[in-house]
Amino acid sequence: MSAGLTMNGYNFAYLNEQTKRMIRRALLKAVAIPGYQVPFASREMPMPYGWGTGGVQVTASILKPDDVLKVTDQGADDTTNAVSIRDFFKKTADIATTEITQDATIIQTRHRIPEQELGANQILVFQVPIPEPMRFLEPRETETRKMHALEEYGLMHVKLYEDISRNGQIATTYAYPVSVEERYVMDPSPIPKFDNPKMNNMAALQLFGAGREMRIYALPPYTRVKSLDFEDYPFEVQKWDEPCAICGTTDSYLDEVILDNSGNRMFCCSDTAYCQSKQGPVKGAEQ
Amino acid sequence: MGVSAGANIGERLMSVGARHYGNIREQALDWLGKVEIDQSRIDDLPHTFSGGMQQRLQIARNLVTAPRLVLMDEPTGGLDVSVQARLLDLIRSLVRDLNLSVILVTHDLAVARLLSTRLMVMQRGEVIEQGLTDQILDDPQAPYSQLLVSSVLQV
Repeated sequence: MSAGLTMNGYNFAYLNEQTKRMIRRALLKAVAIPGYQVPFASREMPMPYGWGTGGVQVTASILKPDDVLKVTDQGADDTTNAVSIRDFFKKTADIATTEITQDATIIQTRHRIPEQELGANQILVFQVPIPEPMRFLEPRETETRKMHALEEYGLMHVKLYEDISRNGQIATTYAYPVSVEERYVMDPSPIPKFDNPKMNNMAALQLFGAGREMRIYALPPYTRVKSLDFEDYPFEVQKWDEPCAICGTTDSYLDEVILDNSGNRMFCCSDTAYCQSKQGPVKGAEQ
Repeated sequence: MGVSAGANIGERLMSVGARHYGNIREQALDWLGKVEIDQSRIDDLPHTFSGGMQQRLQIARNLVTAPRLVLMDEPTGGLDVSVQARLLDLIRSLVRDLNLSVILVTHDLAVARLLSTRLMVMQRGEVIEQGLTDQILDDPQAPYSQLLVSSVLQV
């Protein structure tokens, strides 16, 4: 790997080589045990916790000079978080970036999985705020680790049971817990449950980084991922009555946008790159 | 964790692999009935229950997975006498109906006489006397057992 300084004095991709090796060791372990949360020595990053410090560290440690990076924030390429992380790596690693999903080799994402199906040559990096799926049911880390070790996941279903008995249906719509290869229960990060089925059997490698919580976990390509449910209340994804108001597609996750004070609204794709690709010939990638 | 009475009973079932909401719900209702808690309370939180109801909910929660051996540590502690009596009746009928073995820890000799068939007297962490309940309560041999039995108020 390139250990030299880039033009402006940063080590390649900001982190020093020792730190990258430490993170890569955690990543290897995470890939070897799908869905298991591996502790790692998370570093201070030049951004606040909650802005993707975990994802950025994972991206920095897997980045190569010939990689093409895409960063999305809630599906959009042009929001503050996405733009600043893209600029960060342009500055510290001098790599190419893109907004076009299929052109990217590494995609760092906050709270969405791109609509475009990912290929075996791509890596998806998730930013994770709370890696522990049982944190709100059991606040003690010592206990949740034991529960994972013993595969004691009754509590997860208790939450779904309570959902149904209160609301008549499973009310969890994002960060919907999944079972990985019928072993570890995993928090898919706060993606809408609409995206959960995409994780199953995905060709791309999926890496999850939680900076503040100091955890890394992973789904190797073609891993079986199943959303938790009941036999008589099967897992379902969100549906909309109308197509995207901009591109007219009916198969993507739609954001509700309030247009004015009189309550007019429209629904449009949250994945901006996908929306553009459906609107006609794709404009050039941002350079 | 603040979960409803039904979820408290269902948790045991779900942790041993039950994945059918309807069945879990049905069993929870059935057990609330068995331990004499009004079935309309199934979605209420246990902290809105009285002490006796909470004890009975605990019993339902522990018996729902049909264990063969149960350890009860002072199951009637902290309850007033009328509630105690009902709870004792309940435990006795459950033991009979479910063919259950119970190891019961108690300081109350009346409870011991009512519920148990065999009795062990323990002092300083050691068993000092054991045998049939009636035998020990009517003819205690060890000095401490004699003291215990003689300390019960005769009414």
